[in-house]
Amino acid sequence: MQWQSTDVEVNRSDGTKNSETFTPAPAKDQFQEELVIRPLHSGDIYASFQFRTLWDTDFLQEGQKKVSHYRLFPKSLGQVLSKFSVQELHISFTQGFWRTMQWGQPFIPSPPGAELWVWFHHTVSDVDGNWKELTNVLSGIFCASLNFIDMTNTVQPSASFKPLGLGNATDHRFLRYATLPREIVCTENLTPWKKLLPCGSKAGLAVLMKSEKLFHSSFHSQAVHIRPICQASFFSKSWELRQTLNVVFDHYTSGQGKKEWSLFKMFSRTLTEACPLASSSKVYVDITDNPEGELFELSPATPLLSQAVVLGDRRTYSVYDLTRAETFGQLRSFNLLLRWKGDSGDMLRPLLHAERYVAGFGLQTGEIHTVIYNNHPYRAFPVLLMDSVPWYLQLYIHTLTVTSKSRDNKPSYIHYQPAKDRHRPHLLEMLIQLPPHSMTEVTVQFERALLKWTEYTPDPNHGFYVGSSVISALVPSMVAMSTNFTQDQPLFSSFVPVKEESSYFVRVYTEPLLVNLPTPDFSMPYNVICLTCTVVAVGYGSFYNLLTRTFQVDEPSPPLAKRLANFIRRIRGVPLLA
Amino acid sequence: MDYYNLMRIFAFIHLLVSIPHGYSNYVETKAGQFFSSGHTNNWAVLVCTSRFWFNYRHVANTLSVYRSVKRLGIPDSHIVLMLADDMACNYRNPKPATVFSHKNMELNVYGDDVEVDYRGYEVTVENFLRVLTGRLPPSTPRSKRLLSDDRSNILIYLTGHGGNGFLKFQDSEEISNMELADAFEQMWQKRRYNELLFIIDTCQGASMYERFYSPNLMALASSQVGEDSLSHQPDLAIGVHLMDKYTFYLLEFLEEVHPASQANMNDLFKVCPQSQCVSTPGHRTDLFQRDPGSVLITDFFGSVRKVEITKDTINLTSPVEPPIQRSGSGDIQIESLTYVDQLPVAEIIHQKPKQKDWHPPDGFILGLWTLILLVFFQTYGIKHLKHIF
Repeated sequence: MQWQSTDVEVNRSDGTKNSETFTPAPAKDQFQEELVIRPLHSGDIYASFQFRTLWDTDFLQEGQKKVSHYRLFPKSLGQVLSKFSVQELHISFTQGFWRTMQWGQPFIPSPPGAELWVWFHHTVSDVDGNWKELTNVLSGIFCASLNFIDMTNTVQPSASFKPLGLGNATDHRFLRYATLPREIVCTENLTPWKKLLPCGSKAGLAVLMKSEKLFHSSFHSQAVHIRPICQASFFSKSWELRQTLNVVFDHYTSGQGKKEWSLFKMFSRTLTEACPLASSSKVYVDITDNPEGELFELSPATPLLSQAVVLGDRRTYSVYDLTRAETFGQLRSFNLLLRWKGDSGDMLRPLLHAERYVAGFGLQTGEIHTVIYNNHPYRAFPVLLMDSVPWYLQLYIHTLTVTSKSRDNKPSYIHYQPAKDRHRPHLLEMLIQLPPHSMTEVTVQFERALLKWTEYTPDPNHGFYVGSSVISALVPSMVAMSTNFTQDQPLFSSFVPVKEESSYFVRVYTEPLLVNLPTPDFSMPYNVICLTCTVVAVGYGSFYNLLTRTFQVDEPSPPLAKRLANFIRRIRGVPLLA
Repeated sequence: MDYYNLMRIFAFIHLLVSIPHGYSNYVETKAGQFFSSGHTNNWAVLVCTSRFWFNYRHVANTLSVYRSVKRLGIPDSHIVLMLADDMACNYRNPKPATVFSHKNMELNVYGDDVEVDYRGYEVTVENFLRVLTGRLPPSTPRSKRLLSDDRSNILIYLTGHGGNGFLKFQDSEEISNMELADAFEQMWQKRRYNELLFIIDTCQGASMYERFYSPNLMALASSQVGEDSLSHQPDLAIGVHLMDKYTFYLLEFLEEVHPASQANMNDLFKVCPQSQCVSTPGHRTDLFQRDPGSVLITDFFGSVRKVEITKDTINLTSPVEPPIQRSGSGDIQIESLTYVDQLPVAEIIHQKPKQKDWHPPDGFILGLWTLILLVFFQTYGIKHLKHIF
């Protein structure tokens, strides 16, 4: 479709008058982007993108005019926040499972599938109604089947998932949590996610997000986190939108077996410029394990170094500032190269690690085992375990046992909400003290329910998913964590607010479970109809005939000649022929 | 001579008069063509109804029509794409985030910019009929709705496994040709379309359009009743058949079409003759008002943008300035807001148990008490009550 634009004559006098009265409001929003690359001990590489938009406004004002002018903050999300009075929103889409024992702790953890948890504002009167509409609207924004979130998989945790942003009253009536472990993540979820960024996928770090490379990885997770935070420099409340994308590339499949990584090899693109709307755009490479350069070689070299305390450890990073033109060199393109030289030793074992599996045999009963490892040599710490099990696995809570070091370990807090068939799932929350250097096992037996035949999915023999358990813990830290929440901290270390120096907050997700429910043979209705109709036809039909059929002797009609002869005989009065 | 001159002058004047008349005729015919189709917007509903990895070709079929339709101008907001299973990010796909239509992985029809509206278990007969008739629950987002009006041209493409008079959805339910015809009649009565093009690529596809009875419908199918539609070529690296024959040749035909092309429906009817397709494609035009030869391909596959160019100035009002939001009470509020402790162990241990809401007694309890009271009154009788109480 081609059309030529014609120049519109501007009335000069009117134009100047308008420009005098119009003064743009001072920009109260800012955008930062960063990419953290962490080489892992097995030769794989972990890349974490974080994009943060800060906006000094208030969506939840009552009485005043609604916010209508959006600049960097995406309008679709802003309208959702003000319409449903959302205080905090956390949504993540993950493909793959995070292997803590091989990769360490992620910056921002997420369970496989889709996870959504929302804190509503304390002025909301109908939280369930708002939740239902919010899930539908988000399913349209992110092209995901979030509309399958309903009463049967939503829970209201009583102690987990405290707000990560500013908040005073933490009445858990306003919290809703749901997870869809079956949800598939593909390009159609990445496309609208990229469109929420101020520069889209045209400039800055988002240029690297090509779906063919991102989904050919061991782990891919994209998330949106919205919360109100305190801006130290302005002493006011502002809204923070964080979009994070974590991806782990396997050196066998994406790296072709060679322990050599570059931006081009990982993403099939190089960086050419920072996003013009960003106030800061940086790339961090974790070189803590490589102080003398004996493990791997990093090029291009950079003099900028930064130290940050993240996940209880002090790490050193090489920093590349993309807002400076000299980072791109003469070729105007920035391609990071990491070449492994030596063999790295074993990784430090992570302090907290969890596993979950189903034991038992047959299709009637089973047992869920959750195993939590505390690998700290001398410190014990408490963990909060939250389990949300669908109603069709009927838990027998009297068989719940918690054992550490083969001794009974009584939890100091248990909250259990039993399930209601087709209405509500099970919710089990326990605060367990983990002894140092131990393995704690939580077991509970269950029985599988028989569903109604319309409730089965089109592929029921695949099995039914049970969402991951969530383990929230305050793990003792090796170095003092800083409690200062300043603007200058890199984004990846400033996600969770730190209250005390000696420990850091971490959330670990276990594997989701796949259980087979007793599945009927769906061809049976057809078989039954055929068989019943045949039996009825043969049995009842013959019985009916036997009872009601009568036999009558039927004489055949005589031929024409005989009939004529009989007629004449009748006239004559003579007896008729036989 | 005078006569000649007179004739010349007469001819000249006649010419002068007829040229502008001819020119205005030309303008009128051009204007007539501009508004000949009668539609102002285009919509597309593309459905793949098959699940499981070995039905990769049905997803590739739908995505190749999606790609052509997007290329010719219909935006994502006007396309309702329903894919019953995910092939691109399926664990069996050796090249994730891709769906190929040609072997040797020549053409990736999945692309980088795809938006699937209904996926996985959401693709059901009920949802499909609700999308067509517009009877969706109020909280359905816009991207999942077919918001067409009486001047919309709609393209509907269905693919999957079918039989004589039905189309199978996800191996567990089916839609019959009568249901489809009734849905289109509902759309006509609610004036939800101006003209509708229905394309179906399944076995015995012609049976699906036999029962249509609403006006302005044109239908194409990949095979006649009693014939099977066949798949085209497998790719040895991916391990499954990539496309169906009819849609493969349809894609080849559509790749030649560009937004300004004048190809019409008669060319579309000639796509994939029996020599290429093995099955006989069929079509039905008796319910369609216009002659198929005058209907452009882009009337259904492309998007219409009627552009009016104006030379007048339009005065815009000055923009509304957002009010300065720094109120005095804000600072006082901030002092009291802090970050919450993520795992307040002491608080959790001493948490009071939630007060359970009082519910009226359940039916079972009520029944039990009624039984007890009945037995009691029967044994003792009402008149003895005053001795007991």
